[in-house]
Amino acid sequence: MNTALSWIKAYVPELSCTDQEYMDAMTLSGTKVEGYTRLDKNLEKIVVGQIEKIEKHPDADKLIVCQVNIGKEVIQIVTGAPNVKEGDKVPVVLDGGKVAGGHDGGPLPEEGIVIKAGKLRGVPSNGMMCSIEELGSSRDMYPEAPELGIYIFEDDVEVGADAVEALGLRDTVFEYEVTSNRVDCYSVIGIAREAAATFRKPFILPEVAVKGNGEKAEDYISVEVQDKELCPRYCARVCKNIKIGPSPKWMQRRLAASGIRPINNLVDITNYVMEEYGQPMHAYDLSTIAGNKIIVRRAKNGDVFQTLDGQERKLDEDVLMICDAEKEVGIAGIMGGENSKITDDVTTVLFEAATFIGANIRKSAKRVGLRTDASGKFEKGLDPHNAEAAINRACQLIEELGCGEVVSGIVDVKGELKEEVVLPFEPESYNKLLGTDVSEAEMLEIFKMIEVRYDAEKKELIVPTFRQDILRQCDIAEEVARFYGYDKIPTTLPTGEATTGKLPFKLRIEQKARDIAEYCGFSQGMCYSFESPKVFDKLLLSADNPARKAITIANPLGEDFSIMRTLSLNGMLTSLATNYNRRNKNVRLYELGNIYLPKALPLTELPEERMQFTLGMYGEGDFFTMKGVLEEFFECIGMKKKAVYDPKANRNYLHPGRQANILYENKIIGYLGEVHPEVCDNYDLKTRAYVAVLDMPEILPFATFDRKYEGIAKYPAVLRDISMVVPKEVMAGQIEAMIAQRGGKILEDYRLFDIYEGDQIKKGYKSMAYSITFRALDRTLEEADVSGAMKKILNGLEGMGIELRS
Amino acid sequence: MKEKLEQIKAEALRQIEASDALDRLNEVRVNYLGKKGELTAVLKSMKDVAPEDRPKVGQLVNETREEIERVLEASVKKMERAVREAKLKKEVIDVTLPAQKANMGHRHPNTIALEEVERIFIGMGYEVVEGPDVERDYYNFEALNIPADHPAKDEQDTFYITGDILLRTQTSSTQVHEMEKGKLPIRMIAPGRVFRSDEVDATHSPSFHQIEGLVIDKNITFADLKGTLAEFAAELFGEETKVKFRPHHFPFTEPSAEMDVSCFKCGGKGCRFCKGEGWIEILGCGMVHPHVLEMSGIDPEQYTGFAFGVGLERIALLKYEIDDMRLLYENDIRFLKQF
Repeated sequence: MNTALSWIKAYVPELSCTDQEYMDAMTLSGTKVEGYTRLDKNLEKIVVGQIEKIEKHPDADKLIVCQVNIGKEVIQIVTGAPNVKEGDKVPVVLDGGKVAGGHDGGPLPEEGIVIKAGKLRGVPSNGMMCSIEELGSSRDMYPEAPELGIYIFEDDVEVGADAVEALGLRDTVFEYEVTSNRVDCYSVIGIAREAAATFRKPFILPEVAVKGNGEKAEDYISVEVQDKELCPRYCARVCKNIKIGPSPKWMQRRLAASGIRPINNLVDITNYVMEEYGQPMHAYDLSTIAGNKIIVRRAKNGDVFQTLDGQERKLDEDVLMICDAEKEVGIAGIMGGENSKITDDVTTVLFEAATFIGANIRKSAKRVGLRTDASGKFEKGLDPHNAEAAINRACQLIEELGCGEVVSGIVDVKGELKEEVVLPFEPESYNKLLGTDVSEAEMLEIFKMIEVRYDAEKKELIVPTFRQDILRQCDIAEEVARFYGYDKIPTTLPTGEATTGKLPFKLRIEQKARDIAEYCGFSQGMCYSFESPKVFDKLLLSADNPARKAITIANPLGEDFSIMRTLSLNGMLTSLATNYNRRNKNVRLYELGNIYLPKALPLTELPEERMQFTLGMYGEGDFFTMKGVLEEFFECIGMKKKAVYDPKANRNYLHPGRQANILYENKIIGYLGEVHPEVCDNYDLKTRAYVAVLDMPEILPFATFDRKYEGIAKYPAVLRDISMVVPKEVMAGQIEAMIAQRGGKILEDYRLFDIYEGDQIKKGYKSMAYSITFRALDRTLEEADVSGAMKKILNGLEGMGIELRS
Repeated sequence: MKEKLEQIKAEALRQIEASDALDRLNEVRVNYLGKKGELTAVLKSMKDVAPEDRPKVGQLVNETREEIERVLEASVKKMERAVREAKLKKEVIDVTLPAQKANMGHRHPNTIALEEVERIFIGMGYEVVEGPDVERDYYNFEALNIPADHPAKDEQDTFYITGDILLRTQTSSTQVHEMEKGKLPIRMIAPGRVFRSDEVDATHSPSFHQIEGLVIDKNITFADLKGTLAEFAAELFGEETKVKFRPHHFPFTEPSAEMDVSCFKCGGKGCRFCKGEGWIEILGCGMVHPHVLEMSGIDPEQYTGFAFGVGLERIALLKYEIDDMRLLYENDIRFLKQF
């Protein structure tokens, strides 16, 4: 909301501070000022001058030479402006002064434009007469300004006076950010009341009095509200003998500063009252209202209505309509109808100031597809008590501005209106909540400023109806805090029972995952939780893959963000591809993020959110590099058993011969593999890439930070190497399982140290060599111990079709 | 005899002096001190010496031997040192050649900022808790004093899955879960992902992170809220950081505030970074609304509390001067490596 400070001062006449002080103080008391603009920025040495004489320029057809009286003296100004004549009073910028903009009305230069005395085609010119654009404004805001040429004052301004002042530009426009609970502050009066309380200056409301012509409003109009729930109050007044014309300058200036274009007296009055009281109003041409009757009722499903902007609007039964005896004439709170709009020929006007239920207006505006200034105010939920004051204010202005004749009386239909909230005055509870020591007297002074009345006898506070946000004691405490000053509240630390700071186990394990990944050269990425349903095809998932059962967002930003991911691979592959296509080499990324698995679709209960530890890489390293990272992680989180790698993982997105499920104690805890080349193609990733995904909920039960010292072996180890010719299909894992199973208690370790496939080995076989370590913790091993164990191992291996080499 | 010994000594010392390598010195040792060396020969000829002269001659021989050994030893040491020095000289490397790094990976700036925040609050006795990303309307709105028709529901541009299930728009939902557990006092922070339907641009993302804080106990005051958050800001942005609390409105707190910190780039004088204001808006906070306590089964007559919510990305962007939010989700390694 934008408002000129001069308008605020109209209600707080004693207000006196710099613009910056005003902004800071208002912000600190809760009316946030986003910024301010001085209207006289870059306007210097500009006075009202009167043209006494105009002569032709001797050497230029398009220029004239003017003698301009600027009060103390008469100066000569040469101009090319076509619209001035002798006797005109005009703004004149003197030698060394400044204007805000050029005559073309383009963007205003930051430093303005300095005007200096000089010669134009040889004739001295000691200043410049200004157009409204040069003064930093526009014809929108000063509709009386000529289209091209110099601004010309009304005759009542004094020659030599400050022209900036005379134009109403000695003012500052403040931009407020009003919080949604303070409906009352979407009005000049509301903000002025806050300003008065902030600076502790008297607040003076405009005195509203309507003379009236002695006729009765009821003779002109009757009002029937069929749906009082949606329309708690409807006030109607009638004005006749309307004379449409421009509104006075002071009103135009205030509206312009608020960003509202002055139109004519009638429109301007309704806009002015909407700004001033925060109450939208509507004016109908009474001659278009059939039966002189207003009916407020719901629309019928499927009705179509033409609003005054000429658009057809589709209605439904939740949209509230203003109707006359025959037809609909407006969508309540949103926009009037084409059929009842005011034209310049209007003679009798029906004013409407009503209150509608905010939630309904908000929803209707959405469905009808039309949000207006009025609906924006209504949807916040206005105070019905304000409607009467506002309509009377409008009628007062009609009379005062000579715009017409006001019919006496008001037709006021209201349901049960909310009453004033009454709360017991509990000063100690406010101090207790705030941690302050504000005196009772100071609190009462604050309440007085914000018009919360105090009943000393009952020790009760009576909250005015416009303060719909004050319902409980904590709201009162906030009022005390705001005007006492948030900055004056002390800073303390909570006392009471001590608590232990904790990072839960799950998060500690995730921290370890990050540490290990980073030690291994992987950097952390972050991906969105939602993605496109197309990813399933990109990842070659079969039609019946359960991962295709994804949660759909009802109102997504677009298809690309429309489902909750059920796999973490897409994000990783997309990130790898981004890096690849930006020519980054040797990229290693990891991500810790949730996938979302519905229990059933459509969703009736919350989905399972499973944290995935996803690693991806291309460049240096291969499958076994990735496998190494995983094993470092397992070791670090206390998973001491051997993980089993099952090549039959059946994951279509991975290389069929280079993939494995990872099993720990017979549970699948994740998978790894090389990305299938077709999937790489789908992601535009033209290199081999490797990924691993660990399902953290499966890992957590196995993870532990417990450690036990097992002693350092005192007795010597015995090493045995075996060299084998192994059928190709036998995997290292099987050999190792056999060694582990047969090695007995004295088996300490085994390690593959050579593997070879090629010419020297017969077809269908590979050569492998293991180094096996035996050790007993309590004695030196005897030859018999070792050879016994070895024999068992070798027997076992031979049973697998493995030939032993000498 | 004495003369002969003098002669041997002189010759030996001359030879030592003339030696240019360790094996030459060794030869000298063998020639003079060895079993077949000249001094040994002298000793062997002792039988020709008169018995009364033998002790004197013996002493003379020993003295000569010791002298030769001493000089020899010194020469060996000197020569060994020279050899080592020569070797070291050959081993000079160019220390300005590039390092061989382990090429560790880097944490995401969001996580670095988050761990900072967690460290600070864990130190103050807070527990880190988590809540679901996919949430029920009740926890995201209603239990936070945002009933069905509340305009705030529209303001937050919620992603819905069904009429009742949505993607949480604020981590404040975790407050409710924590309060419902019925264990008091509460001191928690809840980091997590939140979602709002904002198009992606330099300052918006449909998915970002917040950290919610909640303290509930007897006698918690607004002053405690101020003190706690001032402490937090000083830890996060530096000791000199000043804080400013401005009244604001949130449906689930009353009184509510927004906290600004003095610009940590210019110290509050006003610069491009803080748009000349000297202050930077950091978080929203307030005293937990009694109705919120009531709905979660806590008696507001006995307990009060405060809550706050910080945007994680906001902190990361500010702290590391990242000028485009999209960088946080592109995962370009050249970006990530800078943290």
